[in-house]
Amino acid sequence: MSGHFNLWVYLSASPLTWLGVTLAAYLVGDTISTATKRHPMANPVLIAVALISVLLVTTETGYGAYFQGAQFIHVLLGPATVALAIPMVRNRDQIIRHWRAMGLALGCGALTGVVTAIVLAKALGGSELLVRSMAPKSITVAIAMGISRENGGEPALTAALVMFTGVLGAVAVTPLMNMLGIKDWRARGFAAGLAAHGLGTARALSVHPIAGTFAGLALAMNGLMTALVAPVLLRLLP
Amino acid sequence: MVLHGFVFLVIAQLAGESLAQLLSIPVPGPVMAVAALVALFWAQGLVPAAVGEAADVLLRHLSLLFVPAGVGVLQHLPLVRAEWFVIVVTVVASTLLTMTVTALVFSLVVKHVEEGQS
Repeated sequence: MSGHFNLWVYLSASPLTWLGVTLAAYLVGDTISTATKRHPMANPVLIAVALISVLLVTTETGYGAYFQGAQFIHVLLGPATVALAIPMVRNRDQIIRHWRAMGLALGCGALTGVVTAIVLAKALGGSELLVRSMAPKSITVAIAMGISRENGGEPALTAALVMFTGVLGAVAVTPLMNMLGIKDWRARGFAAGLAAHGLGTARALSVHPIAGTFAGLALAMNGLMTALVAPVLLRLLP
Repeated sequence: MVLHGFVFLVIAQLAGESLAQLLSIPVPGPVMAVAALVALFWAQGLVPAAVGEAADVLLRHLSLLFVPAGVGVLQHLPLVRAEWFVIVVTVVASTLLTMTVTALVFSLVVKHVEEGQS
């Protein structure tokens, strides 16, 4: 028994253990998601985060020790965010053809996302830290955490809010669009990527390839747009 | 080769971070890098094969990269517990409104402006 315990003490202190746990938990989540034919509720990230959280709490492992291993995955978010430039270049002709629809939807959507987040959170009595962490919730996590850090928010809290937004958007987009009677795959995908970043985009991709393409464009464009407007709106709104 | 493309993306991010730092603009480094790369490759409409391959690998597994940040919520359980009502109402209402506005504006412009002209 104490032999097993000593082994665990050794393993839990090794970053490799937590790197492996993160990869394995994600594979479990992805397998469940595939097995349920990509049911919106069976989100692979949500499943992985839940599994790892339970493991950390039951083994009394701190987030710091976990992150020693998980940081190798986390740091790749930066280059992956930079990589969003590539689909924008590849879909240049689509962007040129639909620049008016994209431009207006991007402007209105980005403003709605940031303004409603700030105003609602404040009106409901949210703390200053929550409001500042909430503002960039619709965009991809690497950019959102950066905006949060630059504007007096808490990046880790922002990451959690971004995840919640993404899962919710991925679950809600299909029923909401049907309810609104919007059948255009381009509009549906653009809305999913704009409001619910990578998780909305992954959902759009699994529904229709054109929706997926426009979701990816909206995700990249709103990353840029929100980075520009969120700091200004946080200063302007009372 | 995919590693060349990966190195390119990392250097682009570091350049973006450095620029944001030097000019002290409150814009995250990756955002500067995205803007710069789009501007760089826009005229050709295509990217070097290695850069494209590296981007595809990273974007295909984008969901995995969210996991460590998602687990970070454990650090903020007291705040989440204290403000859960504000969080749930704000995120749900704001996300549904944002998707509605975006999809409606997009489809209205396509229907009345873009298709009206052709």
